[in-house]
Amino acid sequence: MTGLLARAEPVARLLVALGFAAVLVISVDPVSAGTALVLGALLLPLAGARVRRVLVQAVPVLVAAPLAAVTIALYGAPSGRTLLAAGLVHVTEGSLVLALATLLRVLAIGLCGIGLLGGVDATRLADGMAQLLHLPVRFVLGALAAFRLFGLLGDDWRALALARRARGVADRGRVQRFAGQAFGLLVLSVRRATVLATAMEARGFGGPGPRTWARRARFGRPDLVLALGAAAVLAVAVAAAVLAGTWNPVAGLRG
Amino acid sequence: MTPAALVAEGWGWRHAGRAGWAVRGLDLRIEPGERVLLLGASGAGKSTLLRALAGVLGDDEGDQEGRLSIDGGDPRRARGRAGLVLQAPDANTVLERVGDDVAFGCENLAVPAERIAGRVAAALHAVGLTVPLDRSTSALSGGQQQRLAIAGVLAMEPGAVLLDEPTANLDPGGVVEVRDAVLAATAGATLVVVEHRVAVWQHHVDRVVVLQPGGGVLADGSPERVLGALGASLGAAGVWVPGPPPRPPRPAAVEGALLLEAVDLAAGRGGSAVGGAVDLRLCAGGALAVLGPNGAGKSTLALTLAGLLPPVAGDVVAAPALARGLKASPVRWRSRDLLSRIGCVFQQPEHQFLAPTVRQELAVGPRATRAPDVDEAVDAMLDRLRLAALADANPFTLSGGEQRRLSVATALATAPQVLVVDEPTFGQDAITWGALVDLFRGLLDAGTAVAAVTHDEDFAAALGAERLVLAAA
Repeated sequence: MTGLLARAEPVARLLVALGFAAVLVISVDPVSAGTALVLGALLLPLAGARVRRVLVQAVPVLVAAPLAAVTIALYGAPSGRTLLAAGLVHVTEGSLVLALATLLRVLAIGLCGIGLLGGVDATRLADGMAQLLHLPVRFVLGALAAFRLFGLLGDDWRALALARRARGVADRGRVQRFAGQAFGLLVLSVRRATVLATAMEARGFGGPGPRTWARRARFGRPDLVLALGAAAVLAVAVAAAVLAGTWNPVAGLRG
Repeated sequence: MTPAALVAEGWGWRHAGRAGWAVRGLDLRIEPGERVLLLGASGAGKSTLLRALAGVLGDDEGDQEGRLSIDGGDPRRARGRAGLVLQAPDANTVLERVGDDVAFGCENLAVPAERIAGRVAAALHAVGLTVPLDRSTSALSGGQQQRLAIAGVLAMEPGAVLLDEPTANLDPGGVVEVRDAVLAATAGATLVVVEHRVAVWQHHVDRVVVLQPGGGVLADGSPERVLGALGASLGAAGVWVPGPPPRPPRPAAVEGALLLEAVDLAAGRGGSAVGGAVDLRLCAGGALAVLGPNGAGKSTLALTLAGLLPPVAGDVVAAPALARGLKASPVRWRSRDLLSRIGCVFQQPEHQFLAPTVRQELAVGPRATRAPDVDEAVDAMLDRLRLAALADANPFTLSGGEQRRLSVATALATAPQVLVVDEPTFGQDAITWGALVDLFRGLLDAGTAVAAVTHDEDFAAALGAERLVLAAA
């Protein structure tokens, strides 16, 4: 994979995703969110995002967004002509527009965010956080090493299930069994974390002196292109909404 | 790198929350460039001493007395002068990729970035680990993990290399390879190796130091002197000395009734088989040793025989004498029904621990089967496996050898008819090894069937076990 995303610093991808979400949160309107979603869906694959992986990872978003939209359509603040009223349910033109805006906004932020960050390399992200954002080294590298152990939790969970069966304590009710096994996993995780801390110290981590970086993180042309691209998409989206007359900053921001 | 001098003067360490001292009154002087084999019975404080020398024992982890120094200074202020490889190979891995992991120590020691790549390549070459730098560290075999751990330390170019049982997890072929890699790569550094397999190292070290449990040095000198003249007394103290094992082989027992049978069995996880299909029979009073190189699927086979994993293909069939009215397939039994039928000791003891103290840990099984006189049975088991002094300790805080003993004891506590054990003798001193052999022989004589996954040929012979050798996958 030699797309733009792969060449960009993971930190840049993170910042762009955050900026993208921040701008789309300002206004609840279908035009800006819809434009951003369409442009994002067109451009991200060109930048190297894998459509298939994004869709798989976005399953929770794809499920949650329509549910949120339906809820707002049925129960959202009423305005405009009433289309359907039955008990608490109150579907109006205004609530339908709001529902569509919400749907598009959740999809735009969710899909573009996953597209930007999907497959990001944790090690390079940590490198960037420490070297470019100057977050504390102990925190960043500690989190990175712990993140690796996180991947081993699944193995531990399966081994614990077998081990507890062998110890004769796996017959209890499902809830009790799960609770017991979860506690076992917690104990084991604390234990692993302690060992990891020792292993890191044994390799000179946490000493008072300075530290060098084998992998140099620095912002470069791909990061600039990525940031400008995102800014352009957002500018078009906002301009379209303003021209269409739907630009509608949420109440708090309107002053 | 200039070799480091390691000195202990009246040094002692007591782990937080323990009554007894792990090490006490230790006077020891290791000269720069010396190669030392550090021996001692299980629990004599070998690992504790290595950690202290590496400067990774913190003030909050226990109490210190006396003085310990590296090149005359406090080891805790000399990060990187001593490089430590921890006991379990996977415990040493910090990062996701091989190259990054080896570079980690260099970065912490502020080695200029442009020199790190060269050091990483040299260290990997020295230990003979020839995988791509971006290979995932969790995709390595046990032997590769061990090499990686050593490379991570070598890349730091420490003045002293401290290795805690570097070959314990390896199959016999891997042991010699890793030893030779260590010797070649650490030329010019001070080397301290803790290892039970004395024969592997004795002709390659300058000096043998034997720690006395509870404090001090039991013996110190050239390998010839310590292992020759003092060998017999060391053996009595639990130190592995070259020569015949503490218990001679015994002939295969006359087997009783069939208990458990594997028919065309392929074991594996998630539906894919690890090794080829096997047929085997476990009879009352009979022992089976499952041997073979790392990665051949021995542990998976053990878990399947023990009724914990469903077979990928073929069957595990419990004979009526074992099933006692239950279905023939052990994996369908209830957990509690397994206890008195098939006991299983895991490769990683920590997975099996459930209780906050050793005593309560041993009581879990008997309580689940509602056995009478649980306390008496627990006391007897504590004595039998020399765990009485640790009865109130947390199982997770025990040494590697002690944990293994405890996990064997927990399985025995419910007197199963079939016992499946994965590497029961790993990390044991000679006395405990002998005690384990006696214990298993007693079980065999009483009609228990034993299946042991092991690299330990002596153990297999001492049980008079039939041998099943699995081929590399």
